[in-house]
Amino acid sequence: MKKSLVLLLALILVIGSFTACGDDADTGDADATEVKIGVNYELTGAVATYGEASKDGILMAFEEINAAGGVNGLQIVPVTVDNKSDAAEATSLATRLMTQEGVAACLGPATSGNYMATIPVAMGNGIPIISASATADDGVTVDANGNINEYVFRLCFNDSFQGVTMANFASENLEAKTAVIIQDNSSDYAKGLAKNFKSTFTDAGGTIVAEEGYLSKDKDFNAILTSIKGKEFDVIFLPGYYQEAGLVIKQARDLGITAPILGADGFDSPVLLELAGAEALNDVYFSNHYSSQDQDPLVQDFIAAFKDKYGTEPNAFHALGYDLGKFIADAIERAGSTDPDAIKDALAGTTNFVGVTGTFSIGEDHNPIKSIVVIGLEDGVQATSVKVDPK
Amino acid sequence: MDQFLQQIVNGISLGSIYALIALGYTMIYGIIKLINFAHGDIYMIGAYIGFAVTTYTNLGFFPALIIAMAGCTVLGVTIEKIAYRPLRNASRIAVLITAIGMSFFLEYTMMFFVGAEVRSYPMILSKKTFNFGDILINIQQIYIVLTAVALMILLQFIVHKTKTGKAMRAVSVDKEAAQLMGINVNTTISFTFAIGSAFAGAAGVLVGIYYNSIDPLMGMMPGLKAFVAAVFGGIGNIPGAMIGGLGIGIMETLISGYGNSMYRDAAVFALLIIILIVKPTGLLGKNTREKV
Repeated sequence: MKKSLVLLLALILVIGSFTACGDDADTGDADATEVKIGVNYELTGAVATYGEASKDGILMAFEEINAAGGVNGLQIVPVTVDNKSDAAEATSLATRLMTQEGVAACLGPATSGNYMATIPVAMGNGIPIISASATADDGVTVDANGNINEYVFRLCFNDSFQGVTMANFASENLEAKTAVIIQDNSSDYAKGLAKNFKSTFTDAGGTIVAEEGYLSKDKDFNAILTSIKGKEFDVIFLPGYYQEAGLVIKQARDLGITAPILGADGFDSPVLLELAGAEALNDVYFSNHYSSQDQDPLVQDFIAAFKDKYGTEPNAFHALGYDLGKFIADAIERAGSTDPDAIKDALAGTTNFVGVTGTFSIGEDHNPIKSIVVIGLEDGVQATSVKVDPK
Repeated sequence: MDQFLQQIVNGISLGSIYALIALGYTMIYGIIKLINFAHGDIYMIGAYIGFAVTTYTNLGFFPALIIAMAGCTVLGVTIEKIAYRPLRNASRIAVLITAIGMSFFLEYTMMFFVGAEVRSYPMILSKKTFNFGDILINIQQIYIVLTAVALMILLQFIVHKTKTGKAMRAVSVDKEAAQLMGINVNTTISFTFAIGSAFAGAAGVLVGIYYNSIDPLMGMMPGLKAFVAAVFGGIGNIPGAMIGGLGIGIMETLISGYGNSMYRDAAVFALLIIILIVKPTGLLGKNTREKV
């Protein structure tokens, strides 16, 4: 019994090593005509909306590049994996992509927490990773000691910039003097936004009349909304994700609260409109990475091509994913090789990259220097957009 | 004062939903001494049935409510037959663990089929609001409270005025004696699951209409809170579950409105601990004759 088991195990080992050899040979041959890029996204689970959208954008960009002859004559081969919106899964998939699949660079995950979990893997293997939407302030491109994470890049502004922009938008564009903050207390993203909004808004002479909190998955906000209804204020700042924000907006409007409601890129999902209803989405403003209202031909061409391919209007995550695909191809082209270190240097040296989410350069801290868009909703439709440049 | 009354209105709407779920908990506990942790998930499935009916067939509120209640009845009876009946003579902890397993089974099966993304109900009720001074009551809140009250009256009628109700009361007092009197215990237990599940299904549809957002894990928290409500009112006691549900709803709203909304859930579960220490039988627990 035992002997046969040993034999069986030995057999498995032998077969395993053969297949491993086969894999190696494949990648060896393939290197001449193609370059593998890891696409590590949240395709199922809690934040699947973001991951799915980013992936669609990336794959569309790769298809366009491949159709036009690829980069430096190489076809881009995406290796798409689903990290199930789970940080541990994202980490082990990043390891698999880098050590077994032989990717030249990894894209994603979409959310900060999952992205940050893959940073040690990238640093350990010396393979660059880029996220188009990990907006957390701390611990992404710069580690806790203030050192740059050499192999880590992102294509989006960070949360503090969004908080500051929305506070300035409230006090300058909406001439608000008083504000109420209703934040998602279960997310670092929302807390970071609230902190920055508060400090900027009070510095500009405004007052925060009330601060309320809720938890993700809450459905009843009538109690906190009724209590703020009795107060005098000009705007509501509502940092959080669309699942709850949609319900807060609906219930606020139902209770007769008509003050403008401000939020950030967490609002950007068609589900917001389904949850809140078109009637409630008036006087709602949120900061975002891109606006479909932008008349730049580059943006309009992208929207047209996207609609053609997927049949829907692209959101910011589609646009960021698309830019991310083009961005990595651009870096490989400039690097002139598929060596991860050469790609890393090319990424760090990016200047004036032209994308649908704006023209930007990569700063010394591996963050892009790019503008932000504040979108205004009227009857649930994106009606206005204001571009704010970094100061 | 206006604000206080408005908060009470909010609390009663929320509490009616807890009460509907708590009724099922308390009835099932009363009859087979089982805390049916899958009850919150039957409520979730009720919400999805209502969603499917209103979205794909364009039926109105009442058909959706009745179809969801019927669907949940079938589900509840099936669960009892498959999962709980074979364990009728097993230890209570075995049935309890089965109930927890059933809860996860329902949650993740739903997630597999419908995905984790939140869904919203189509607008099936008009967007009317009534002003009483500064107090706003919207049409959904009226529907919730009226439906809950109507169902509770119906339940009281079934339990106290019908033969089946008498059988339910008899089984809850003494299963063996009831059997000796010619009562079919299995049918009676099935009937209890049927009514409890139908009420949970109704609560699911009402929540879908009121909050406009449903997801496969929506049953977890309300399920636990309804359990607290059932214990608060005296588990096994039907009027207790109603009072407990409304009490928890109003308490939550007042804590969020006047205290800090972060302590809301903590306060509900602190209440559970206090009741279990001070008066384990709950508010109306002494009245054992009313048990069903």
